[in-house]
Amino acid sequence: MAPALVWLAALMVVPCALVLALAFFRRGIYGGIDYTFTLENFGLVFDPLYAGIFLKSARIAGTATLIAVVIGYGAAYAIAAAPRRWQPVFLFFAVLPFWSNYLIRTYAWIVLLNREGLITQLLRWFGYTGEPPSMLYTEGAVIAGLVYNYLPFVILACYAPLSRLNSELAEASRDLGASAATTFRRVILPLTVPGIAAGAVFVFVLSIGNFVTPALLGGGRFQMIGNLVYDQFLTANDWPFGAALAMALIAIMLLVLMAQAMAANRASGQTAETRDGANG
Amino acid sequence: MSEPRTLLAIDHVSKNFGRVTAVDGISLDIRENEFFALLGPSGCGKTTLLRMLAGFETPSDGRILLDGKDIARTPPNKRPVNLMFQSYALFPHMSVRANVSYGLEMERLPAKEIRSRVDAILATTELVPFADRKPEQLSGGQKQRVALARALVKRPRLLLLDEPLGALDKKLRGAMQLELKRLQHEVGITFVIVTHDQEESLVMADRMAVLKDGKLLQCDTPHAVYEHPADRFVADFIGVMNFITGKASPDGVVAANGTRIAGKVPAALTPGASAVASVRPERIRLFPETLTANRTTGTVEVLAYHGLDLQLHIRTPLSPKPFLVRITADAADRRPVESGDQVELGWDAADVRIFAE
Repeated sequence: MAPALVWLAALMVVPCALVLALAFFRRGIYGGIDYTFTLENFGLVFDPLYAGIFLKSARIAGTATLIAVVIGYGAAYAIAAAPRRWQPVFLFFAVLPFWSNYLIRTYAWIVLLNREGLITQLLRWFGYTGEPPSMLYTEGAVIAGLVYNYLPFVILACYAPLSRLNSELAEASRDLGASAATTFRRVILPLTVPGIAAGAVFVFVLSIGNFVTPALLGGGRFQMIGNLVYDQFLTANDWPFGAALAMALIAIMLLVLMAQAMAANRASGQTAETRDGANG
Repeated sequence: MSEPRTLLAIDHVSKNFGRVTAVDGISLDIRENEFFALLGPSGCGKTTLLRMLAGFETPSDGRILLDGKDIARTPPNKRPVNLMFQSYALFPHMSVRANVSYGLEMERLPAKEIRSRVDAILATTELVPFADRKPEQLSGGQKQRVALARALVKRPRLLLLDEPLGALDKKLRGAMQLELKRLQHEVGITFVIVTHDQEESLVMADRMAVLKDGKLLQCDTPHAVYEHPADRFVADFIGVMNFITGKASPDGVVAANGTRIAGKVPAALTPGASAVASVRPERIRLFPETLTANRTTGTVEVLAYHGLDLQLHIRTPLSPKPFLVRITADAADRRPVESGDQVELGWDAADVRIFAE
């Protein structure tokens, strides 16, 4: 216990506290920090300009999460339904891209989506002669990059409960008169929700704070909060405001994680409650 | 009594998995309201046959007629047949009540009717106090009753039970055997049970089918299967049997040591062919007072007390394995035996069954 607390304090609490403290000071005239207390930085976070970027980030991260969950769950379902001895092979290939560098994986999308990139060339090969479609430096490109990068998390998170699911449960549902679709909705899906939730939280939290993907695939404009924070620290030299933005981001992530923990707790708490009631 | 009506006709049904034949041309009829057992060692095809009745496998060949209609290709959710799974397969995220209601909700019955039917079956299976519990909070026996209630509430034409008592301990199993039989009587539904436990099928079934390597060896009442096994495998598989190998003669079997064992020889067995004579442990008498056709002497090797009876291992010159003999506690009181005693054994020719070896 004690060593864990020391590590947690040294690596998490102290750095976060330092960033938090930074957010309460003013920016110096020539950059740097003017150590006078202020709440201005937090007020600025709620400025429509920046609040809008928060909302946009949440929308992009939410869309990426939704797409990643649908694709990832489908892939995990297919892998779990494959013959046992093939499952590790399929999982290996699903996770393979993860072992390459994040930057390289993101650059690969530039090659794909470029004006004369692979997709355009493919279209040309099929006889398309018009203007190349503009795909790179769009919100769609950012979402595609995020989905691609975090998909393995979702596949792994969903595969775990799907592979542990007793196949006789689905058979029992069919035997009792349920169609395949009803069986999925009432038996398979509810029993694998914890995996979906874990995968979704992962994708959302990593996406909303992401700055590499929007910087590379979204063009030079501010796409998401991550880029804004990056810019405050490294370009605008406004560390206090950057710190306030970072704190707001951490607050959002904590809220999402807390919501997930509470939902999970309530699910297990319910059973504990009935158990106590039954024994009492 | 009226002629029993055939509910389900299995007509030359086969099932191949690749090059493996799991079920090989089985034909048998299951009658309305009977308790039918499919018995056999593991790998005999009984579970595959059951899964074809439930609709989870499609026969490679043959027909399955329910009330005269071929259901071999009907999906599981469209047949009036329910299966109680060996693992029970209770939905872990649903309460006992929700598990039992599930099948009726699929029939889109009015909520009121669902409620009253579920209440009734929970009462029958003594599950009312557990209605709001989740499966993980139930004991093995309670889970088994939920699985049963969940299938029975659908009022199927046919209820299939896959090793229903396999997960229970021995004492509970004995109680549940009688309980299942009582319930079957009460609900008036045809039960088909799959088991590898011969004792279980003897106790519960009205009729039973013995399977081996995908083939049907015998289908009859437990009494007939026990007393008149179709072949040596069935004789050995059902209950305990003493075997004496030798050569067939016109009126019995000549054992390896030359002793003549009298018994009825099946017509198919030509004199001189390898044959085996067999007799049940409870048919052998110690110190026979009346003249029996078959006699021998032996030495008591092991003596096991079972309360109701005494089981003796007796070494005789007739077979390399010792004979198993069961005598009642009563008989043992009248004439006590101890291990090491020389005893005389005898049995009637009518109690001898002779098979091709």
